[in-house]
Amino acid sequence: MDNAVNPTYRLELSSSPHIHSRWTVKQSMWLVNLALLPSIISAVIFFGIFQLSILFTSVVFCLLTEAAIKYLRKRQITLMDGSAVITGLLLGLILPPNFSLVSTAIGAVVAIALGKEIFGGLGNNIFNPALVGRAFLQAAFPVGITTWHQPNYALDSVSSATPLAALKFDKVLTDITPMFWGNISGSLGETSALAVIIGGLFLIFIGVVNWRVPVSMIVGMLIFGSIFWIIDPVIYPSPFFQLLAGGFMFGTFFMATDWVSSPLTSRGMLIFGFLISFIVVIIRLFGGLPEGVMYAILLMNAFVPLINKYTSPKIFGAEK
Amino acid sequence: MRISEVFSLIEIIAMKKTFKGGVHPHEMKALTEKKAFEKMPAGKQVILPLSQHLGKSAVPIVKKGSIIKKGELIANGDGFISAPVHSPISGVVSKISQNPNLGGIYKDAVIIDVKEDEETDYLSALNPETITAEEIIERVKTAGIVGQGGAAFPTYVKLMPPKDKKIDLLIINGCECEPYLTRDYRFMIETPEKLIGGIKLIMKALGINKANIGIEDNKPEAIKKLNEKLSGQSEIEVKSLKTKYPQGAEKMLIKSITGKEVAPGKLPLDHGIVIQNIGTACSVYDAVVNGIPQIEAFMTVSGLGINEPKNLIVNVGTPINEILDYCGGVNEKAVKLVAGGPMMGVAQSDFNAPITKATSGLLVLTHEEAGDNEASNCLRCGKCVEACPLDLMPTKLARLTQLERFEEAEEAGILVCMECGTCTFQCPANIPLVQWIRLGKQSALKIKKEKQSA
Ligand code: SF4
Ligand code: SF4
Repeated sequence: MDNAVNPTYRLELSSSPHIHSRWTVKQSMWLVNLALLPSIISAVIFFGIFQLSILFTSVVFCLLTEAAIKYLRKRQITLMDGSAVITGLLLGLILPPNFSLVSTAIGAVVAIALGKEIFGGLGNNIFNPALVGRAFLQAAFPVGITTWHQPNYALDSVSSATPLAALKFDKVLTDITPMFWGNISGSLGETSALAVIIGGLFLIFIGVVNWRVPVSMIVGMLIFGSIFWIIDPVIYPSPFFQLLAGGFMFGTFFMATDWVSSPLTSRGMLIFGFLISFIVVIIRLFGGLPEGVMYAILLMNAFVPLINKYTSPKIFGAEK
Repeated sequence: MRISEVFSLIEIIAMKKTFKGGVHPHEMKALTEKKAFEKMPAGKQVILPLSQHLGKSAVPIVKKGSIIKKGELIANGDGFISAPVHSPISGVVSKISQNPNLGGIYKDAVIIDVKEDEETDYLSALNPETITAEEIIERVKTAGIVGQGGAAFPTYVKLMPPKDKKIDLLIINGCECEPYLTRDYRFMIETPEKLIGGIKLIMKALGINKANIGIEDNKPEAIKKLNEKLSGQSEIEVKSLKTKYPQGAEKMLIKSITGKEVAPGKLPLDHGIVIQNIGTACSVYDAVVNGIPQIEAFMTVSGLGINEPKNLIVNVGTPINEILDYCGGVNEKAVKLVAGGPMMGVAQSDFNAPITKATSGLLVLTHEEAGDNEASNCLRCGKCVEACPLDLMPTKLARLTQLERFEEAEEAGILVCMECGTCTFQCPANIPLVQWIRLGKQSALKIKKEKQSA
């Protein structure tokens, strides 16, 4: 039209809304990485600075795998979105101290290739990629992945077994206090409940993580754990022990809350968290394995499409 | 729990009035909220579109060369849902021709060359004390008053609900939940008497004695002022509502004030409620008491791309570029021009298009405000689902549209979507959800119609 009046105007014409919350995938992913920092620090404090090599290996191989696959499929390489770094850090943090670096690298390749890219990349995967990598390592290196090391500042210099293994195989109950601080035996980032809670609360507070999954998992654990504890407090551990033991806290805040592999709906998130805790309790108390968080989350990941389908919200004002 | 949810919880405990879902965009109202309305002088020409409202176009009663006085009728409403058009200035009709409107489409318009002239041709002034309901409705109709801000629905139609619907509550929408816009706020601060007078007239027209003014709590000044003016009577009550987009959407407003949920396919009327805008109430007062037809638009001109953001009173039919020039012009960072608010307004391509009776804002946005539009995969984070005030699943509706599965989309409620844009605003993957949904709605509607006629 009359461009003489406004010769410099070049306008965008996309339709409403014209403003955005500024939430971006990249920002959210890097905030998750930031939230893992306390757990990384706890791993260094309790298991030594050398453990960083496991995390480093895991992250590097996740990035390389993603880049290679994107390159082969002629897709845009999006390493800087931070999601492969998350997978790398998460995988590293749920491995035992002094774990073989070669095995770590294999786990990282599997996590990205079979956990994520095979489904078509971020957003399409069904399972949490880091847990897929961990499950693979558990099957491939059953000995290495259950070889534990005593932490620095350990109170009891005898046992290097994890609290759950000690309970299951030796019927020894570990004291709760060190389980909160982290000077117990266990996976790198899982031993310190305190570090996990700091990072987790940060994510909830800034809105990256929806509170419904962690809250329902914790409430679920308190309920199901209490039921057995009340039935027989001699055989079954207290719900608080269950909360702090093994990978429960880490799984609660960092694994089950993964956007892609958890439900979309509010009610779905509550059901999802609740059932994970139920499965964890059953595996821990009655299964052959001392720990069940990983399998519980993977199992529930598979049910997410079903949960979404049956928990779609009632439309505003509709009677149903 | 994120900060906003902590607040929601506190609010529920404190019984603060609100609805579920929604978002908190940057308000950006500080740009203009302290600036009083300013009358922009007439330019050389006004372009008066014959269709400034929902419904049939008005029919012109003037010809090229007709001499017009300020306030004179130039086109008659046609049929039940339509509105007449009056001239905001004195002058001579230069032509009646096709002209681009705010939607970018060419539509018939009467173009008038301005002549300096103090004379006016308003309607007769009526006495608000002795006027009857029928007279009010007739005046609202002849003054060409339409709803301001949204769809520009002819106001008089809303004042004549079907006989079988019993109306008992008038809600005046003073939320102004769209960021940037401050014109309703200025009305409440500057002319509260006029507003209250208008509300009383609307109540009289509807034959009811109860009205609520819903105002978001980010406007404490307005709440205080109206409460002062309303003290000593009980018919009109101010309701302070939580500041949250889209608090001013009809369904949300009704939920927040009365707790009632308007079901899909139902209207506020079905719950005995009529909703009117703040600006509309003021126009009704002017039309009845001063005999002035709707010839001016009260609007906020804002955004970081405009040099002097203002609240303006503009003659209807003034081209956009004159308004922007009056506000100090556009700076080089501007990337987008929007008529209306940033959440639901329409992007404009043509600076020569005239503003209409219902234009509530003109925004010149910079890249910093409008952001990037590059989308990635859906990460299934659930933020859109949590934010949708109508409890839809935006990601699913968009997906079904992409897959052209319109019947499933309809079952999932795609036609219920009010296109508030909350979901798109919130999506971290930047997916144009409501844009997809709009597309899907059209096809879903077509299929539904075909089914019904079959
Ligand atoms: S635009 Fe539609 S789907 Fe999106 S939030 Fe608004 S009502 Fe819900
Ligand atoms: S907000 Fe965006 S990324 Fe998240 S579920 Fe909805 S569409 Fe997917």
